[in-house]
Amino acid sequence: MTAETLETPAIRPAAVEVHDVHKWYGAHRVLDGIDLTVQPGEVTVILGPSGSGKSTLLRVINHLEKPEIGYVSVNGELIGVRRHGERLKELSERAILAQRSRIGFVFHNFNLFPHLTVMDNVAAAPVATRKLTRPEAQELARELLGRVGLGDKTDAYPRQLSGGQQQRVAIARALALRPGIILFDEPTSALDPELVGEVLEVIKDLATSGTTLVIVTHEIGFAREVADRVVFIDGGRIVEQGPPAEALDNPRHERTRDFLSKVL
Amino acid sequence: MSERPGSAVSSGSAPPAEAIPRPEPSSAVLHTAPRSQGPAEETEGSGGDAQTRLLSAQRVLPLRRPGRWIATAVVLVLVAQIGHGLLTNPFYQWDRFQYWFLRPVILDGLVITLEVTAYSAVLGLLGGILIALGRLSGSPVLRAVSWVYTWLFRSIPLIVVLIFLYNFSALYKTLSIGVPFGPAFFTFDESRLATDIVVAVVGLSLNEAAYAAEVVRAGILSVDQGQHEAAAALGLPKRYQFARIVFPQALRSITPNYVNQLIGLIKGTSLVFYVSLLDLFGSVQTMGSTYPGDIVPLLLVATVWYLILTSAVSVVQFYVERHFARGATRTLPPTPLQKLRTGLRERARKEAAV
Repeated sequence: MTAETLETPAIRPAAVEVHDVHKWYGAHRVLDGIDLTVQPGEVTVILGPSGSGKSTLLRVINHLEKPEIGYVSVNGELIGVRRHGERLKELSERAILAQRSRIGFVFHNFNLFPHLTVMDNVAAAPVATRKLTRPEAQELARELLGRVGLGDKTDAYPRQLSGGQQQRVAIARALALRPGIILFDEPTSALDPELVGEVLEVIKDLATSGTTLVIVTHEIGFAREVADRVVFIDGGRIVEQGPPAEALDNPRHERTRDFLSKVL
Repeated sequence: MSERPGSAVSSGSAPPAEAIPRPEPSSAVLHTAPRSQGPAEETEGSGGDAQTRLLSAQRVLPLRRPGRWIATAVVLVLVAQIGHGLLTNPFYQWDRFQYWFLRPVILDGLVITLEVTAYSAVLGLLGGILIALGRLSGSPVLRAVSWVYTWLFRSIPLIVVLIFLYNFSALYKTLSIGVPFGPAFFTFDESRLATDIVVAVVGLSLNEAAYAAEVVRAGILSVDQGQHEAAAALGLPKRYQFARIVFPQALRSITPNYVNQLIGLIKGTSLVFYVSLLDLFGSVQTMGSTYPGDIVPLLLVATVWYLILTSAVSVVQFYVERHFARGATRTLPPTPLQKLRTGLRERARKEAAV
């Protein structure tokens, strides 16, 4: 709910549509016909065993991975491609980068820029993409860092922070572009158990602020708490999806039950 | 969420219960007698064992290393002998060294060496960056051309490149126009000396760029793939990604390797003597043939000047590396001054403790 305190106009949460996406590496099919619709403001948690294609699906949404067949659209805008007669044609790199700047992405290993201070990590992208002037970006960065509880760390370098603090900086960095949607790729998998909580707390805060979130995670308890919808993926296909009360507590499919019994 | 702390607490409380008997086998080595007398728990808690207390109160004696002392002594004797020879052997003629060391003819040569080195280092690095980007490009043509360039100029001895260019310029008076390096050199065009400098700089730069390309390429490859991904995911413009994210991080590993190259380059400039440019070594050589009796002191003059140049570069290297280490390590490596200060403080503390 703290989002409204920022002076910039409220961000419009984005809708995502993943349409019949196929992706393969050589003979290995990673995604095998994924259809997924995410409503604006919805919190979707993607679960599944490792190698099931969860991360790839997330990376397809912001075009870090190119689907071989199918397309993704965010707010009705095709990502990474444009319609060219009856076919889809790849967009220029510049156009793809512009699209990515409207989609937040949080990596499991943070990927902060180690040679920049925490402040510069957060303020760099809005300045580089010409969205804000440097002082405006620094102002915003200070505000966002305060929001993730790191207002006192602006001058630190990432390696001087704990994993949980680094991941919170990474979230602030993603927020600095004011994205309508944020994608989380196993945001707590590289953290010590005692640091998981502080990161989940920040994400939970975002979930209530109305931003569209798509989260790949293994934290089932967290999924139950924040998810509007849980999507279970196996072998590059969606096996089951629904509200947590159904998909987690009353799974219809044998595969889902089997998976949940192992992770719970 | 709720599972995490729960499991952490249960796993956290489990080890101590098991851990209590664990020290027993190790303590049994130190004192077998009390173990046979009482139960394990008592041994653990009983500080009454005087021997144990005695052993733990003393500092561990360091291992004596006589071999190391002997080797040190031998090396010291050798070093003293060399020093003695250098100072007392009349062969070196230190008075003549003194005479030549700051002679204008030598200093003029030094300026030429510095000039050629500076131009070639900058042009070589810029060329190297371009070639490295070519090697990493998506275009097979760019990749192939850059690879062939590197292959060619790493294969041809520098002296061959220089003499080849020298003759080339004798054939084509306007060679400098066709060379794709900065227009700054054209201002020198009229005089014969300037042309020699251009030949030297072009030759050295061509050679340097081939090596610099590999150094830069290695540096770029050393940057974690996640950095590229994060930059791409934020939608940072391509140029910004390279100039602000990838290259600054690559510089950390480029710096020591490029300084290696740079030192090679400084010494490499001594070859420009063969394209009739009177650099430091060239001046020494010329003076040596005019005053044959002074060849040895003149060579010493050149040696000492090259030593000074290399040392200056090494000092700069330290601070440049320190600059790029920012963020890569939790604390920056100390400067020599800081090291000296903490060293003295440590020493004082140790002496106070003893």
